[in-house]
Amino acid sequence: MSPWIFFLEHRAEILEATANHLTLVLISMAIAIAIAVPLGMLIVHRRTLRNIALTLASIFQTIPSLALFGFLIPIPFIGGIGRRTAIVALVLYALLPILRNTYVGLTGIDPAVLEAAEAMGMTESQILLRVRLPLARAVILAGIRTATIITIGVATIAAAIGAGGLGTFIFRGVAMVSDAVILAGAIPAALLAIAADLLLGLLERRLKIT
Amino acid sequence: MKSKTGAGIEQSTIHFEDVTYGFNGTVNQPIVAEIGFSVAAGQTLVLLGRSGSGKTTLLRLINRLLVPSSGQVVVRGRITTDWDPIQLRRGIGYVIQDAGLFPHFTVAENIALVPSLEKWESARTAARVDELLTLVGLEPAQYRSRRPRELSGGQRQRVGVARALAADPPILLMDEPFGALDPVTRAELQHEFSALARRLGKTIVFVTHDLREALLLASRIILLEKGRIVADATPQDFPGVDHPEVRAFIASLMPLPGANA
Repeated sequence: MSPWIFFLEHRAEILEATANHLTLVLISMAIAIAIAVPLGMLIVHRRTLRNIALTLASIFQTIPSLALFGFLIPIPFIGGIGRRTAIVALVLYALLPILRNTYVGLTGIDPAVLEAAEAMGMTESQILLRVRLPLARAVILAGIRTATIITIGVATIAAAIGAGGLGTFIFRGVAMVSDAVILAGAIPAALLAIAADLLLGLLERRLKIT
Repeated sequence: MKSKTGAGIEQSTIHFEDVTYGFNGTVNQPIVAEIGFSVAAGQTLVLLGRSGSGKTTLLRLINRLLVPSSGQVVVRGRITTDWDPIQLRRGIGYVIQDAGLFPHFTVAENIALVPSLEKWESARTAARVDELLTLVGLEPAQYRSRRPRELSGGQRQRVGVARALAADPPILLMDEPFGALDPVTRAELQHEFSALARRLGKTIVFVTHDLREALLLASRIILLEKGRIVADATPQDFPGVDHPEVRAFIASLMPLPGANA
């Protein structure tokens, strides 16, 4: 069957899977950002916490994604079959790029600026919120951009544990040995990733301070 | 400009009492050792010395960016470690070589930093910003909304001075503020600042490795060598001080014909 015919015949289904996929990604990214950005702010001045947080986030990233989904299934409350487990796994994957970029952005600031801020009598939290954070936002957004693209890709595997999304077509296509079915999942996923990359890249350039 | 700190003048002095500072609070291998001097209100003290002689360390001990390993620094009648560091620093203007302007703030926002921290009303802040821009020779309407990247090095340094003066602090610390400028701009700013300093009546501690600058601005020069004070004199007496490091600094002026030292 030609992919085009398959696309046309199943467009409602594909659209629904794309929407599912996007929801999965958006929820996971929102949670990952809500964890990683404040954590990145917290570790600027705390070395022990910094080492623990960055190491843990790196470890999550090294676990093969299919294995991570598998590991989570038997865990009570967060595990099981379905969307919730997938979100937990996606969040764990997205943490590292956001956390690392937040930390690097907040600490990679011109020392003269930080010295002036401190010498003018700004408190540590004022320096963080009014100097470090605004100057780091382009770098933080770059981390969010990387994490989003990773999440869009990894979210296709979430279908393996029954979380739905575009992976459904890919797994079905592999089982049916049908390129058309695989592409019905793969092409929208790729398009989502490209769109996210462009959009966030645009935003990143606007936030950049020279 | 009128000083609003008439009552504070008496206190706006700085004393170093046998101060030694070394990394991690150790007295071994100190960066500065056994430093003792006082700065009277309204005086411009220049700390002169080669790179690494400990000038900047002394400056940072005054606003408690550093704390002495032994001895004490007294600022406006109180030991720096007894001060709330935030309150201490809000009363001390600070100008550094690269200006350290906030790149994400406009010129006006940079100057208004301490007033905004002190929660001044916006009308008062705006008036103060314009007053200061005029004071440092920048047309307010033209420069107020610019970003630091849209300024030349000399203009950035002018804004740095304006920012340091914003809340009218009785003390001004300056760490080679004109060091990164081209020689012509540097001379312009030195002369303007010299006039400004006399007019403002602030207590100023000024760090430089340039004897010419020291002679122009100082009411008193302290020469540092390897973390110790080796000379303490008025600009008039300084060239006559009998010390090898003083002679070395004088000699650094010599190749220039017509040096006014």
